Amino acid sequence: MKKNLITAVLMTIATTILLGIIYPLVVTGLAQLLFPRQANGELLEQHGKLVGSSLIGQGFTSPAYFHSRPSAAGNGYDAANSNGSQLGPTNQKLVDRVKADVAAAQADNPGAPVPIDLVTTSASGIDPHITPAAAAFQIRRVAAARKVSEAEIEKLVQEHTQNRQWGFLGEPRVNVLELNLELDERFPLTPAK
Amino acid sequence: MTANGWFQIFLFLAIILAITKPLGVFMAKVFSRERTFLDPVLRPIERLLYRVTGVDDKHEMRWTEYAFAMLLFSGASMLLLYLIERVQQFLPLNPQKFGAVAQALAFNTAASFTTNTNWQNYSGESTMSYLTQMAGLAYHNFASAAVGIALAVAFVRGIARKEKETIGNFWVDMTRSALWVLLPGCIVYALLLVSQGAVQNLKPYDTAKLVEPQQVQKTGTDGKPMVGPDGKPAMDTVTDQTIAQGPVASQEAIKMLGTNGGGFFNANSAHPFENPTPLSNLLQMLSIFAIPAGLTYTLGRMTGSPRHGWAVWAAMAVLFLCGVATAYWAESRGNPLLHGVDQHATAMQPGGNMEGKEVRFGIANSALFATVTTDASCGAINGWHDSFTPLGGMVPLANIMLSETVFGGVGAGLYGILIYVVLAVFIAGLMVGRTPEYLGKKIEAYDVKMAMLVTLVFPLIILVLTAISSVEGFGTSSISNPGPHGLTQILYLFTSSAGNNGSAFGGINGNTPWYNTAGGFTMLVGRFFMIIPMLAIAGNLAKKKAVPATAGTFPVTTPLFTVLLVSVIVIVGALTFFPALSLGPILEHLLMAAGKTF
Repeated sequence: MKKNLITAVLMTIATTILLGIIYPLVVTGLAQLLFPRQANGELLEQHGKLVGSSLIGQGFTSPAYFHSRPSAAGNGYDAANSNGSQLGPTNQKLVDRVKADVAAAQADNPGAPVPIDLVTTSASGIDPHITPAAAAFQIRRVAAARKVSEAEIEKLVQEHTQNRQWGFLGEPRVNVLELNLELDERFPLTPAK
Repeated sequence: MTANGWFQIFLFLAIILAITKPLGVFMAKVFSRERTFLDPVLRPIERLLYRVTGVDDKHEMRWTEYAFAMLLFSGASMLLLYLIERVQQFLPLNPQKFGAVAQALAFNTAASFTTNTNWQNYSGESTMSYLTQMAGLAYHNFASAAVGIALAVAFVRGIARKEKETIGNFWVDMTRSALWVLLPGCIVYALLLVSQGAVQNLKPYDTAKLVEPQQVQKTGTDGKPMVGPDGKPAMDTVTDQTIAQGPVASQEAIKMLGTNGGGFFNANSAHPFENPTPLSNLLQMLSIFAIPAGLTYTLGRMTGSPRHGWAVWAAMAVLFLCGVATAYWAESRGNPLLHGVDQHATAMQPGGNMEGKEVRFGIANSALFATVTTDASCGAINGWHDSFTPLGGMVPLANIMLSETVFGGVGAGLYGILIYVVLAVFIAGLMVGRTPEYLGKKIEAYDVKMAMLVTLVFPLIILVLTAISSVEGFGTSSISNPGPHGLTQILYLFTSSAGNNGSAFGGINGNTPWYNTAGGFTMLVGRFFMIIPMLAIAGNLAKKKAVPATAGTFPVTTPLFTVLLVSVIVIVGALTFFPALSLGPILEHLLMAAGKTF
């Protein structure tokens, strides 16, 4: 009995060192060696400054940008406070919020039903993607705001549409931050000084 | 529902089928102490561990000593986690300078991770230092999983052995689970996750300049949106985005493989840094079922009846498919209360109920993940169950109510379903009027009493605590979604705690003195009060003589047995929980169809 107690204490300490310290440090070392870009969060730089991560969404409100999904993370797209809305399907707050967002989104395409992902919050609150349907829904607005043809914007959207992984895993999607950065490169809003 | 969605679901099950036998054989070798290809590396570490901790690996334990050693180890490691949480501000690897975790929360979290539950009343990225995550939380992901596997193996030995007093050595089984079954897989798996984009670093959080600064409503110190003196919302301009980092992939690997489910971040496997791509998502779901599925083969091999292992596997697969089909159907239909939206599945979008789901996973992979994580006692999530449709959300809840026997937690799933096997064999014996036998052992009053103890304590604690919480102010004040959904939130909390699952209807505020304490207590009862009667059965079975099978023996290798086992699981679950479910998700579904909101 006493022997098992001593073993319990020693086993806790020994396995904590092995599995709680050595294991994660070994993985960190290997990850930094083999996949440095991914291990550090696929950070995106523009003109030498950090503008975000390929994997973490950002909020957009200007008509000249593609908009992300509504976010319940902190004040919106807070990547240190990931969360969903946690609203149940019969909660009046959910119904009201979607109604308001539908009204705002339909300003672009009066009467057209809004792709569901564009008016629902994601699980993480920092979902970097929208569906191709949600991107297509916004092409007309973005083209008008940037004063370029819809065909050109549509081409850009297509370049940024990721198909299912290996052709069958997951769902097709468009990375909003990467698409918007590319928009600024190709069709800048203000002439470069 | 789409053809591609179904293809992904069946592909998942096909891969699980393919890995069951190789993994099962490997684990049977590990626990029978036969040679494996990993021995040259791991044997020296194993011997060193036994030397420093004073383990005599030749010593065999009776079930009582086995249980006692398990309790001591769980107690010691739980205490260490509590201490780490309480003093993390003085320890290294805390770049965000997080303070000590509050007492009740630290207790709840320590109980949660020791019992393989991983219920989380905190948000990882704003509460826990990197050291607490690694050496406290991820460590317990290993330890509680290794304990679970050890217990399952001990139970299998109880069935397989004849006229023996002992069922193995806890320290040896636990150590070999951790070193052979969990650790090597985790290293490879963690690196695969990193290759997909899961982060693995020890640096402070990054700060990015937003491409388009955002106007947001200020939040007051009370957490509510602020209003200016003119009655309009008080606005603030946000120009930066703080990006949480950390040693995520290493924790993610054991979180899934050990069916723990405690996320590094609050959003768990929905967070792009935990689960970045559809491939990482497939790997995560596979790793939940891998060991529990393999253990069914281990059971068959160690008891000399591989076909019995497959009969159990088949029962699990049937229940799995029923669950995933219901969840996928319900979520694909979307929410009829939302208007002006397009919820149809097309080539351009998955449609359906996308509230609380990620675009890269869509409907099929969110429904599949929710089913898998609650069939097993994992509890990781890649979409919020609270925002699922009523019937879609009932699937994870009902899965946990069936005691997570569908593949189940690592180890816990196998010994959970073996309790039902004992009951199924007993009922079959009653029907034909003979003493029930299971793999050559007579099942007698003692065994059935112990099995009934397990099946009764589980609903008792869930229903009593749910009843108290749904009438008292300290319980109802945590509800965030009113109406029948609120009852479901409370019911889910205690079911998940007792089942050691750890997923949540996340809107409920569990970080209150009542829920921290009652939830922590429920998790401890749900783990240890199940284990002790289970080990008692194992010890009792090991002592028995083998009786030769006769024409009157009910065979446990046939489809008929599979049907009987499924029926027993469903009937016990339905009789116990149907009244509660009808007041929660079923009522909500009917009201939703009638257009009612709350």
